[in-house]
Amino acid sequence: MKDFEKTISTPGGGVLEAPKRSMFYMFWRLFRKNRTAVAGMLIFFVFFVVAIAGVLLTTGSEPILDPSLVRLQEKLRPPFSKPLYENLRPYEIPRMGIYILGTDELGRDVFARMLQGAWVSLTVGFVAVGISVIIGVILGGWAGYYGSNKIIAGHVLGIFLIVLGTVWLFTDQMVSGVVLFLIGIFLTGFVGKINQQSGKNYSGKGFLLFPVLSIDGLITGLIDIMLCFPSFFLILTVVALLPSSIYNIMIIIGLTSWMGAARFVRAEFLSLREMDFITASRALGVNDGRIIFLHMIPNAIAPVLVSATIGIATAILTEAGLSFLGFGVPPPYATWGNILSNGKNFLFDAPWLTFVPGIAILIVVLAFNLFGEGLRDALNPKLRERL
Amino acid sequence: MQRSLEPTPLLKADGIKKYFPVKRGFLQKTAGWIKAVDGVDIKIGKGKILGLVGESGCGKTTLGRLILKLLEPDDGRIFFNGDDLTDLTHKEMKSYRMQMQIIFQDPYGSLNPRMTVGNTIDEGVRLLKKNGRAHRKERIKELLSMVGLPGNVADRYPHEFSGGQRQRIGIARALSVEPELIVCDEPVSALDVSIQAQIINLLLKLRDELHLTYLFIAHDLNVVHFISDDLAVMYLGHIMEYGPSDTIYASPLHPYTKILMAAIPIPEPGAGKAFNPPEGDVPTPYNPPPGCKFQGRCPLVEDRCRQHEIDFYPTSDGRYVRCWKVI
Repeated sequence: MKDFEKTISTPGGGVLEAPKRSMFYMFWRLFRKNRTAVAGMLIFFVFFVVAIAGVLLTTGSEPILDPSLVRLQEKLRPPFSKPLYENLRPYEIPRMGIYILGTDELGRDVFARMLQGAWVSLTVGFVAVGISVIIGVILGGWAGYYGSNKIIAGHVLGIFLIVLGTVWLFTDQMVSGVVLFLIGIFLTGFVGKINQQSGKNYSGKGFLLFPVLSIDGLITGLIDIMLCFPSFFLILTVVALLPSSIYNIMIIIGLTSWMGAARFVRAEFLSLREMDFITASRALGVNDGRIIFLHMIPNAIAPVLVSATIGIATAILTEAGLSFLGFGVPPPYATWGNILSNGKNFLFDAPWLTFVPGIAILIVVLAFNLFGEGLRDALNPKLRERL
Repeated sequence: MQRSLEPTPLLKADGIKKYFPVKRGFLQKTAGWIKAVDGVDIKIGKGKILGLVGESGCGKTTLGRLILKLLEPDDGRIFFNGDDLTDLTHKEMKSYRMQMQIIFQDPYGSLNPRMTVGNTIDEGVRLLKKNGRAHRKERIKELLSMVGLPGNVADRYPHEFSGGQRQRIGIARALSVEPELIVCDEPVSALDVSIQAQIINLLLKLRDELHLTYLFIAHDLNVVHFISDDLAVMYLGHIMEYGPSDTIYASPLHPYTKILMAAIPIPEPGAGKAFNPPEGDVPTPYNPPPGCKFQGRCPLVEDRCRQHEIDFYPTSDGRYVRCWKVI
């Protein structure tokens, strides 16, 4: 057996001379086979352009299309009708010379209002999903990577003291608040230290080291609790308590929709953690931050992006639903939901007031869902054979 | 333990153990233990290759990870160059990490699919902290040429390579931190026979050029015989026979080693002899019975084997056997 040829043969040149195929190219080749997904993506880009054009055309001191200009003499004009110039004062004359999508019950141009609403939908969708993805990646990643670490009784006690101290700080018991706060911080830090050097003997403080719960248990528990609430009614309740503004709505939708992303990231991290290339990085002595941000997240993010795309559609729907119920963005500002909501009163006299925003919501949500599903099919290697 | 006059071995493991808890039921109570590695002593001299063979599930891979401290041993000590690594914290381990590296079995799972080959190798090169960006690039090219790959592959992704090429990239990554010891965890099991020979020759060449030391884990006995100086035969967490590779191949002592050696196919038509596989099932390492681990399948088994722990007996020709019947 010892007479193997002791030379190193260079590997065949054929593969190495093949054209370079990036990951993106491989993905795109699969993605473009899915016609509906490509259509969804095109609508996605058109919607993007329309929303940005909308914000440019409808803002400023003298907007080209003024969504809030009231012309009562021109109310409920059907789509594609020309303005009656003899009734209008000079500043009321629409710049385009036509009401493409008609006017509403106050004579406001529905096209201008739709453009303004497109921007609202876009920002609500992206910001809300951005918030939920950030929370989801942090919590899911934490549960997946450090999940087996235990939360010990000392930590719980320390954090309880910190919270109690903070509450007392804002009441009349300032001094005891500060004391409690400091004890809490000291306890949390100190307990963490002795936990690291667990070999040593700390007699009498054993109860502080009693493991209460794993981090994974805490975070999955939190996810399950959050999923128990019917989120739309939770949002309704919170919105009713807070001043209605577009930012509050974005934040609330974001804070109530991170659970899916967290679950995806946790599951991906759990399986990636056992992969050989992660073990190799640990064997090299690469630090945890580099492993997480350069090795784990790039490999775990694909399903999150897919669910985020579909999440944008859900967020747009939620915002429209809130606006329709009157809990959304406050009235002078147009959103697709409140155009729809106003329009329902004139369903038989002016059906375009209902159908225009309704169909716009339908198309955009459908496009995002199709795009998201196409992304998922192209990114998930297990589905590849079926394509 | 008697004190020897030999120089300190590069790596020495003293009775290391790793038990994995088996959790059952609603409250996840520990119901028993999987004794993956149950008191293993090995040592590897500088520049030597120790082959570690055994069936699937006998703890070979776990032992490899324990030695690199990727898993914490439950008992026993690990010495590297005479330094005790057992109780070192994460931070203190850092300087030793670069001196011990690992090559994996699965060439498809061992490279990050979203990272170019150059960046993968750079992970290690940058840890040495002695080179600027341009120098690091040069070093990556040098490492790639050391493992027989052209330097222009650095900006390609792993999916563009074959299994053997990926294994070379994995070796280049292990070499990037200039280690002394490499744990080769079945590096050729997943490869074609012709590619296996290439990779083994590459490992031998690198050993000679860079004065490396290998712990070579495998289950292909021919491969292990070809590459290793010493051999350790493992069964259910115990080393059964340990000694110079050629001696063990020429005359296996332990009944388990004998059965293993008898199972090696002879590459000659018509030379096939009837191979009688050992009787009984492969037992699980979950709550094994007391006594010899091999008792259920051993042809020589007696009552003593079932009642007493069997010691590691030295033999006159310089090996150790965990069987009292054959010495």
